[in-house]
Amino acid sequence: MAKVGVYVCHCGSNIAGVIDVSAVRDFAESLPDVVIARKDLFMCSDSGQEMVKQDVRDGLVDRVVVAACTPRTHEPIFRAAIEKAGLNKYLFEMANIRDQASWVHGNDHEGATEKAKLVVASAVGKARHLQPLHDKFVDVTNAALVIGAGIGGISAALELANMGHKTYLVEKEPSIGGIMAQLDKTFPTNDCSACILTPMMVQAFNHPNIETLAYSEVADVDGYIGNFNVKVRQKQTYIDWKKCTGCGDCADKCPSKTPDLFNGSLSDRRAAYIMFPQAVPKKAVVDIEHCLNCAGRTIGTQPKINEKTGKAILAPCERACRAGAIDRSLPLDPGGTIKEIKVGSIVVTTGYQVMDKGWFKEMAPASPNVITALQLERLISATGPTGGKLLRPSDNEKPHTMTFVSCVGSRDVNFHTHCSRFCCMYMIKQARLLKEKYPDLVINMHFIDVRSAGKGYDEYYTGAREMGINFFKGKVGGLEILPGDQLRVLAYDMEAGQSIEYSSDLVILATAVELPPDATALAQKLGLQFCGNDFFRELHPKLGPVETAVAGLFIAGCCQGPKDIPDTVSQAKGAAAAAAVPLAQGRVKIEATISEIDSQKCSGCGICEPLCPYHAISMRDYTDRARGVIERHAVIEMSSCKGCGVCTSACPSAAIKLHGYEDEQIYAQIAALTA
Amino acid sequence: MSFSPNIVGFACQWCTYAGADLAGNLRCKYPPTVKLIKVPCSGRVKPEYVLQALAQGADGVLVGGCHFGDCHYKDGNYKTKHRMDLLTKLIADMGFDPRRLRLEWISGAEGQKFAKVITEFTEELIALGPNPLKKEEELINE
Repeated sequence: MAKVGVYVCHCGSNIAGVIDVSAVRDFAESLPDVVIARKDLFMCSDSGQEMVKQDVRDGLVDRVVVAACTPRTHEPIFRAAIEKAGLNKYLFEMANIRDQASWVHGNDHEGATEKAKLVVASAVGKARHLQPLHDKFVDVTNAALVIGAGIGGISAALELANMGHKTYLVEKEPSIGGIMAQLDKTFPTNDCSACILTPMMVQAFNHPNIETLAYSEVADVDGYIGNFNVKVRQKQTYIDWKKCTGCGDCADKCPSKTPDLFNGSLSDRRAAYIMFPQAVPKKAVVDIEHCLNCAGRTIGTQPKINEKTGKAILAPCERACRAGAIDRSLPLDPGGTIKEIKVGSIVVTTGYQVMDKGWFKEMAPASPNVITALQLERLISATGPTGGKLLRPSDNEKPHTMTFVSCVGSRDVNFHTHCSRFCCMYMIKQARLLKEKYPDLVINMHFIDVRSAGKGYDEYYTGAREMGINFFKGKVGGLEILPGDQLRVLAYDMEAGQSIEYSSDLVILATAVELPPDATALAQKLGLQFCGNDFFRELHPKLGPVETAVAGLFIAGCCQGPKDIPDTVSQAKGAAAAAAVPLAQGRVKIEATISEIDSQKCSGCGICEPLCPYHAISMRDYTDRARGVIERHAVIEMSSCKGCGVCTSACPSAAIKLHGYEDEQIYAQIAALTA
Repeated sequence: MSFSPNIVGFACQWCTYAGADLAGNLRCKYPPTVKLIKVPCSGRVKPEYVLQALAQGADGVLVGGCHFGDCHYKDGNYKTKHRMDLLTKLIADMGFDPRRLRLEWISGAEGQKFAKVITEFTEELIALGPNPLKKEEELINE
């Protein structure tokens, strides 16, 4: 028999001003198994808590019900109190008679009092059936995984590595660096992107605690916080990276051409290539899709022999490689190799892509002189296809008039409703750099409005106005292709209140920031969710900006939402700090309020298995030696279970118990409320 | 005395229960008809609980969860939706007006919505009258 103590709180006048606290106390005393019912002005005060503790210490009560405010704020306080007094902290239940009674029924004192009685009866009903529970702990693998090695991933990996944790940095491209490596200069300081990024890339790559897995992708993830098992697919490079010196001779000799995505497809690269001159690691790969298999050298075949010389006929890349890193006779697996790693926490920094101009039919995407802002970055970069000279793609002539169009696909109900946040600033940056270099160039910029929130950003913008760059408030309605590869810009100037039309040599579209298509598959592997605007969902938009619904999994950078470099670095460092917490603690707590399967009752039907959102349930075969039969049971991996109870509600044999929310407890509550 | 319906509410602790707390913070007013049972997820609400509540004389049952896409446990609310849709048909077969079971998605930021839902539900139940089982019971007692 449980000995339930009920403690009713006045909460000053918050509760007692509406609810007849004495009547509730008297009623509580009449409930079954209630041995003591007391009231206090403030139950959460020291004296209030002491009253409960004393009753526990005196052995008067072994279940505690506090009728007061909400368990969402005060349950931990009272649980800690009874634990200190020597009672299991899960033998506690709260009746919410303030937030859900006195505060909302101030106009009906009698009704509120009657409701409070029922709510207390419900809590007592549950408390009578409460069982002691124990938190469990599991050890943690002291290593972290960072997925995506742009500026966010590199920052997070360096932070984790500097804290002393082994860190795996996985990057799908042959080089780390991400989109920041494609940028020419960065706002609002105009310092060169490569000058600040490449030292960090080298630092991360050479860090003793960081293992960089470039040209690799996450193939599979299972496990839970503290103990994730990750399979990383290292893509086939067709070049032995242990021998490759990064000289680039193979790329010079390779005859196959394909658009260079790093240069925004404004130039070509070879099938054998090094991603960009400052690549880290500086290693070549063969893009097998575009490889011509020169001299019949398909992978894994022996070379033909020249009948005259008796020498093997090799492909140009093989002949060019002085390090002997290319041997097409080897039967290399096109699927690459799988590397299995174990980590305690994971940071996802997979970044973004900008929308392709092809989506915007009204913006004359067929014209080569309509380009995205990221393509312009490459055009004005010293390492870009024109060596940093502004030449328009159609004829390699210097433009006289150029146009910037903002919010292309952003803040647009037809594409993305979100603001891509950093477009205004990078367009102003590009305009400023070009105006400095070519003072005669006419630059017209069209904005819905200029969003320059950030340290030093608005000064950067007002400075641009003073430089003679033309700003128009209003959208560009469309572009028309004119003879001579010119473009007619059709826009509206809100300040003048009139339509404007002019011809332009080069048009830059600030297309929207969005998740790349492969993010969906990664999200499914990791259990990440998406939010309304299709970025990865954080646990809480304000108070959990780097955490996710999966414990031990963190997000940062543009995969969580559009943000500029300073914000990405800050968030990445925040995510690294959060990801280091379980690693530093060495063990993680497994909540006691999780589900458990009674194997005696389980019929092995398997209904629960696909329902679990965390794949915590698996079906296992057991040999019952006494009866000589194999039995099938569901098993819950307690570290993966989050305690939602979806399985518990579905089990036809009632074999699954959700601790803290057991059937008999809830039935007791229903009975009390309908008495 | 005028009829005041008794509503048993099942509220997920992340959204609807938090929304009900917020209604308190905002001092919204609604009739004292609903008493909430806190569950981790609306997916924890066994259809049997709803049946049990109705069988024991509750005039209405509210099941409250997070909005689609907002479930703390990824997709528990979708499972709730499937279960409750089926259950609505079942209770209609049993002779209960299906409006006695109400499924609502109320987020932790929607205190006013919680108050509005309870007010509306209460008015609807007053129009429907007491749980028919309770009426029979009263007749027998008389």
